[in-house]
Amino acid sequence: MAVKVETVGLNAWYGRRQALYDISLGIEEGSVTAIIGPSGCGKSTFLRCLNRLHEETPGSRVDGTIRLDGEDLGKKDVVSVRFRVGMVFQRPSPFPNMSVFENVAAGLRLLGVRRRHELDQGVVEALELAGLWDEVKDTLDAPGTSLSGGQQQRLCIARALAVRPEVLLMDEPCSALDPIATNKIEALIHHLKTRYTVVIVTHNLAQAVRVADTTAFFYLGKLVEMGPTDQIFHAPREKLTENYVTGRFG
Amino acid sequence: MVALTAFCVVLALAPLTSIVLTAVRLGGTAVVHPSFYTSLPPLGCNPSPGYACPLGGIGPEIQGTFIMMGLGALIAVPIGILAGVYLAEYGRNRLGRAISFFADVMTGIPTIILGVFVFVLFIYIYHDAALSALSGGVALGVIMIPIVTRASEEALRSVPTSVREAALALGFPRHRVSVRVVLGSARSALITGVLLAASRAMGDTAALLLTAGGSSFYFSSFTTQTAAITPFIFVNFGSSYQNLRTDAWGASLVLLAIMLGISLVARLAVRGHADAAGAA
Repeated sequence: MAVKVETVGLNAWYGRRQALYDISLGIEEGSVTAIIGPSGCGKSTFLRCLNRLHEETPGSRVDGTIRLDGEDLGKKDVVSVRFRVGMVFQRPSPFPNMSVFENVAAGLRLLGVRRRHELDQGVVEALELAGLWDEVKDTLDAPGTSLSGGQQQRLCIARALAVRPEVLLMDEPCSALDPIATNKIEALIHHLKTRYTVVIVTHNLAQAVRVADTTAFFYLGKLVEMGPTDQIFHAPREKLTENYVTGRFG
Repeated sequence: MVALTAFCVVLALAPLTSIVLTAVRLGGTAVVHPSFYTSLPPLGCNPSPGYACPLGGIGPEIQGTFIMMGLGALIAVPIGILAGVYLAEYGRNRLGRAISFFADVMTGIPTIILGVFVFVLFIYIYHDAALSALSGGVALGVIMIPIVTRASEEALRSVPTSVREAALALGFPRHRVSVRVVLGSARSALITGVLLAASRAMGDTAALLLTAGGSSFYFSSFTTQTAAITPFIFVNFGSSYQNLRTDAWGASLVLLAIMLGISLVARLAVRGHADAAGAA
């Protein structure tokens, strides 16, 4: 498979504190890649570099190269980068002032879609893709925040998918959800990888095993090891990885 | 200890209760007449045997108060909200902290000083309108700006970072995040802030005495002297004419009722906000 996202010598800082050291890796198109590692290892920072959200944090800095389909993201307009690389966060974050429909339509409107039937079509497609349509089709005008936690997270996924990104970043998308909602999101991730490249940060090692084709292990801001999920969990090359996946630290 | 605190509660509430009861006792006879809200103030008069004084009303005062408050809000709401956006979204630096401090100081400045400032300003730039609805509106606007600014800043800061980041990640340009998502999410808290500022401005007397002038007639233009409730109370509550004293107390009661109404609406807006946040 072709490499969709590639980082070369990626370093990131928050003020003077360096959070990522020289990360070079490639993420394959149409795959699910899990980023694992203990708290503070830089996995979320790495994810936030991929859609250039890291640079929105005051005092932050990035150097190195991130390529999407071979194009240097650092040289592109940041808004166009974010249309191509969508993101879902740890806590469900529907826009509180918008209805279910408007939450999903927000990105489409940004893209310049104005015609009602195009908006309707885009919203329905995104909600169907996120597996939420049947649950909300009668309450599209209700506030997005009135849904349950799991539904809100799928609403956020639908919102991100509506603008048809090429890559979907998920930052611990299930950590605030109960097991049933988590199952639904994981099933959704399986379904999504046929159309999108998914990068997911997770604290839950079992989840990485369940959903990811490839897993990258970060420790103290460095990439320790990356490979097929099966290999990382059953035959890691690095002692550090083995200690982490067997629960000896973390 | 409980008895002491309860006693202090009674002491704290006593003035408010007394004010309301006094206003009802002395002004209650005026406010029950529908014409009180529409008529012009009467000529001063003391009742004599066989002759009841005309009660008149405070129609021009109510109208003038709302006109000047509206004008003040027109000035203060956009400036205050945009300043609040700056402080909340971009103001985490020395300039931002300085503006916050300045707004706090301005909130505490006695309004008579703000009134003098606006009056003198008009003497220099628009002499003919130094005592006018325009001047009064500007004075109320100056009173409201820092309140709206700080209220907006607090309202916007209460919108979670995750919502801002979600909007950025979706592709919203930074300025549209503030306008489309953050302001929208803080809507009810913003409405509350504006209403409380309006209520504060409406109850102000000193600045209006110096800027609105006075009139016994309905509003005629923005550049002529205009009636308002609080100056009316100030001028008439110590009048030697009984009907004017009654009207002043009636006006007090009306003012209290309007401010109570504004506070209730503000509370309802907060409740709406809390419901939305609670469901999140």
